[in-house]
Amino acid sequence: MGKNSLFSKKNKSLLTDPLDDNNPVTVQVLGICSALAITVQLKPAVVMALSVIFVMCVANVVVSLMRKFIPSRIRIIVQLVVIASLVIIVDEVLKAYVYDVSKELSVFVGLIITNCIIMGRLEAFALANSPWESFLDGLGNAFGYGWILIAVAFFRELLGAGTLYGYPVLEKLGVYELGYENNGMMILPPMALVTVGVIIWIQRMRNQKLIETN
Amino acid sequence: MKLFKNILNSVKPHFEAGGKLEKLYPAYDAFETFLFVPDHTTHKGTHIKDAIDLKRTMAFVVLAMLPCILFGMWNIGDQYYNAINVEATFFENLIFGFWKFLPLLIVSYAVGLTVEFTFAISRGHSVNEGYLVSGMLIPLIMPVDVPLWMLAVSVVFAVVIGKEVFGGTGMNILNPALTARAFLFFAYPSYMSGDKVWVHGASVDGYSGETILGALAANTQNWNSLLWNATDAFYGFIPGSVGETSFIAILLGAAILIFSGIGSWRIILFTFLGGYLTALLFNLWGVNALMSTPAHIHLIIGGFAFGAVFMATDPVTATQTNQGKIIYGLLVGFFAIVIRVFNPAYPEGMMLAILFMNVFAPLIDHYIIESNIKKRLSRTKIATS
Repeated sequence: MGKNSLFSKKNKSLLTDPLDDNNPVTVQVLGICSALAITVQLKPAVVMALSVIFVMCVANVVVSLMRKFIPSRIRIIVQLVVIASLVIIVDEVLKAYVYDVSKELSVFVGLIITNCIIMGRLEAFALANSPWESFLDGLGNAFGYGWILIAVAFFRELLGAGTLYGYPVLEKLGVYELGYENNGMMILPPMALVTVGVIIWIQRMRNQKLIETN
Repeated sequence: MKLFKNILNSVKPHFEAGGKLEKLYPAYDAFETFLFVPDHTTHKGTHIKDAIDLKRTMAFVVLAMLPCILFGMWNIGDQYYNAINVEATFFENLIFGFWKFLPLLIVSYAVGLTVEFTFAISRGHSVNEGYLVSGMLIPLIMPVDVPLWMLAVSVVFAVVIGKEVFGGTGMNILNPALTARAFLFFAYPSYMSGDKVWVHGASVDGYSGETILGALAANTQNWNSLLWNATDAFYGFIPGSVGETSFIAILLGAAILIFSGIGSWRIILFTFLGGYLTALLFNLWGVNALMSTPAHIHLIIGGFAFGAVFMATDPVTATQTNQGKIIYGLLVGFFAIVIRVFNPAYPEGMMLAILFMNVFAPLIDHYIIESNIKKRLSRTKIATS
């Protein structure tokens, strides 16, 4: 850490930049496949976000600690081994404690290994920075990914199934008696893409510096 | 008309630069150019001029739809009185249909134009006339009993996601009217398929309001055992979306479009040809009711004809080159029949086929232009060598 204090301005921006200005999903457009696949309901999305936060932070710290000993020719393999071990831990924990969600996420837990956001942060950040900074960077990016996932899942579950986290919100509010119907399209993957698109649209309306000038 | 002109002129200063309502100028402009020929003149350079502009193009398409609209209204009434087993005169049918059709039309235009005006004002663009046609097409491709709020939601989706995000009229990839229908179809399938939605009052006991395609897709009876015959389908005395039932009304519309030069005869002709040949091919196979339906029947049932004439010819989303139009038309017909016969869940393949080919239209054009460039380049090489 040396000359930087624990929460210097630079360190803080490592944490906050990926939430908005440099969001891995909406700005870098990474990790889209999982954002489409597991956002039908809130619960799997939340579990997925937590898993990615865990894997990302620990992997970033571990790779950062080893960065001086990893021969650069085999660095990708080393990173993969680190991520894969962590994903196996996550997978086992999920199977032990939330079996139903684990079944629902199925292959997508395993696919965290190939999540481009994680590989990208290891390659672009952890290999060149100290463990503390890498930890903050991992946390920031995983949160940036997670909040988009949860936001998309919120709208898809609310409009598509009328529930939130399994709780029948709309039924309790009594809107079905007014003739309201669940929107079946929200459950299909194309609407996840449209929802992400609308989030990007709103983000760019608020944040003019993201707009390209060509 | 003089009265309107005076009113417009008296409020004009408020909308011009520096006026109180400057931001709303696009809305003012839309009304002025809708009612009168604009007095704008070009200032520099040479411009290609033509008597026909976007407004008149759109007006002609609406004119071409009139036979379908009138027949559709009459048919709503006819189907309804048949369902409840009541004799009705021609005018009773027409008036009943008119009152069923009007709310759909009003919701379609009110919601669509509100979205268009909002975007035009927030972007400072002028309001385009594109929605005049889409707004008329949308109620024509809906079942008569579709809840109005669902119609409104699908119109908002179609105009915002299908059109405005790409930059508005002329920039859209997908046909907005079909986008609205596809949205409704996937979002609220129980209101867009089955045997209850196509005829008002179909919930009466013992009456089945199935469409021909729906009945055939169920695969329990074949074309010959159906309640309807080819004459019914040709004139349109069958249940279905409002405007799609009558083949003869659609043909009239096609004639207007082709003679006014607005719709491409290539697309219309080759869509029918593609559909016909594909259906002929499946007749040889014939393992389910839709495959063994005669090829010419395929063209007059369901939304095939309506889609071929009014949707596939959309000048924005179709191909632009002449060769491209032939390929595009053939493929629209081909996919429409393929989806029909292979997927009983989507008996109406036309909507999906046109949307699918809309996506490929720019690619088809690209390769045709490339090959043309190559051909011409090779000629210069021969000349120089």
